[in-house]
Amino acid sequence: MTGIPTDTHAAIEVIALRKDFGRFTAVSDISFDVHTGEVLGFLGPNGAGKSTTMKMITGFLTPTRGRSRVAGFDVGQQPIEAKRRMGYLPEGAPAYGDMTVTAFLDFIARIRGYHGRERRRRVAVAIEKANLGSVVHKPVETLSKGFKRRVGLAQAILHDPPILIMDEPTDGLDPNQKHEVRELIREMASDKAILISTHILEEVDAICDRAIIIAQGSLLFDGTPQQLVSMSSLHNAVKLCFEDKIPEGAEACLRGLNEVIEVASDTVRHRLTVFPGNGKSIVGPVTQRVRDEGWRVEEIFVENGQLDEVFRRITRRDTPVQQVDVS
Amino acid sequence: MNVTVAILKRELGNYFATPVAYVFIVIFLVLSGVFTFYLGGLYERGQADLQPFFTFHPWLYLFLIPALSMRLWAEERRAGTLELLMTLPVSVGEAVLGKFLAAWLFTGIALALTFPVWITINYLGDADNPVILLSYLGSFLMAGAYLAVGACVSAFTRNQVITFVMSFVICLVFVLAGFPMVMDLFQGWAPQTLINAIGRMSFLSHFESITRGVIDLRDLIFFFSFIGAWLLANGIGVEMRKSG
Repeated sequence: MTGIPTDTHAAIEVIALRKDFGRFTAVSDISFDVHTGEVLGFLGPNGAGKSTTMKMITGFLTPTRGRSRVAGFDVGQQPIEAKRRMGYLPEGAPAYGDMTVTAFLDFIARIRGYHGRERRRRVAVAIEKANLGSVVHKPVETLSKGFKRRVGLAQAILHDPPILIMDEPTDGLDPNQKHEVRELIREMASDKAILISTHILEEVDAICDRAIIIAQGSLLFDGTPQQLVSMSSLHNAVKLCFEDKIPEGAEACLRGLNEVIEVASDTVRHRLTVFPGNGKSIVGPVTQRVRDEGWRVEEIFVENGQLDEVFRRITRRDTPVQQVDVS
Repeated sequence: MNVTVAILKRELGNYFATPVAYVFIVIFLVLSGVFTFYLGGLYERGQADLQPFFTFHPWLYLFLIPALSMRLWAEERRAGTLELLMTLPVSVGEAVLGKFLAAWLFTGIALALTFPVWITINYLGDADNPVILLSYLGSFLMAGAYLAVGACVSAFTRNQVITFVMSFVICLVFVLAGFPMVMDLFQGWAPQTLINAIGRMSFLSHFESITRGVIDLRDLIFFFSFIGAWLLANGIGVEMRKSG
């Protein structure tokens, strides 16, 4: 018998999920797990199939093939049980616009089966967590985009679900609001399994323990944000800013170092960027060389890498990557 | 059950939070008044019954109810709230029933607000109140049948204009079933049993037999099974959308 939750199951299990719309394949055999205590960032360009995947996990769309399990319940077989255990913020945070924030959350609480005092408490807590205190009596449709998003968030966390699925939770928010939402997610992360989709890369670095990338419906990367960033050709590259101009021969001299495979120069801003092979740390030998040669350097810093660049390389395989190949 | 009631309450609240309720009720009351007193000639007939009032209900419902039902599912799809609703722990059956019952209850409220006609007729003469009550019940059941059609059609398309027109046409077919306009369509090619079956599906004949003051179990069964069948199809429509 399937669907009995046991400890061996991950909180969210996605098994070879596929969705065809006519002849178009929106999601192609994607598999991944999300464990309790983990925030998984779901990345991909627009139209990559992120939302479609989330709609299948939450039971809004039926997959063409494959299945997903939430808290051990098969979403196709026991949808109600699975839905009880998850909170979902759909893309665009839809809500009944004519209802006030309180009335809307009260409706959600009723649907979730809360009565009387417990219902009022749940609504109050959700309002507080999502910071909606100032707008509780306003109809949802009159609210700003940021507030609407937070209403959607309040709705998703009202029953304190062990599993939280959010489709672009910070899309359209200003930097302060983004910060608040991320704080909230981080606070909740310890005892929940959280799946968030985003196309904002800084978000992955800010809140995710793990990231997966899909493009054109296929899973292309599954690992930690640090692994992702280390795939950048800039990872561990050393940038040297010279006081006036770049000393003659410096470029060739640095290129001569063992681990260095490329040096790029920016004569306008008197900068040299030294790229390591295989993403190794080269800051030691480089600074040693600077000291030995007696160059007057204003600043030395080590690049961590650029997510944008990695993201572009992974999602658009046809385009050549900068100068250096890290593989 | 709780879920159905929660959806029912939300839907009913939505009617009164928007101008829909007020416009619908006012137009319904004005038109039923006009039909009753001018076209129906309630006074001129010199009889203390509400026959002229109820006679026009099938025609009034024909365009008013599709206008009410066209937004039931189409609006949820347009606003994206269908995704919200269907990812809450709500079964398709509960959602279909909750929405339908809210709309039905709403038409019940509109119907109940025609009570001045009933007061008038009691003031004017010795009215047959059991028959009037039964007619109200018949009218309410018929409204439910119209709504079930409209709700079902609404689940299949997100375009509200198409929903309105399709609901109107399907309801018209059922109003006129048994009349030559509809029967002639089937005459000659359809088997006789089907033609007979269609002939018995007429809203008009079932409604009229109730308004005559005769409770025939068959009329009640007709309306309830008609509503049930269309709501089942409604559920299938909602379910189908899940596969994309």
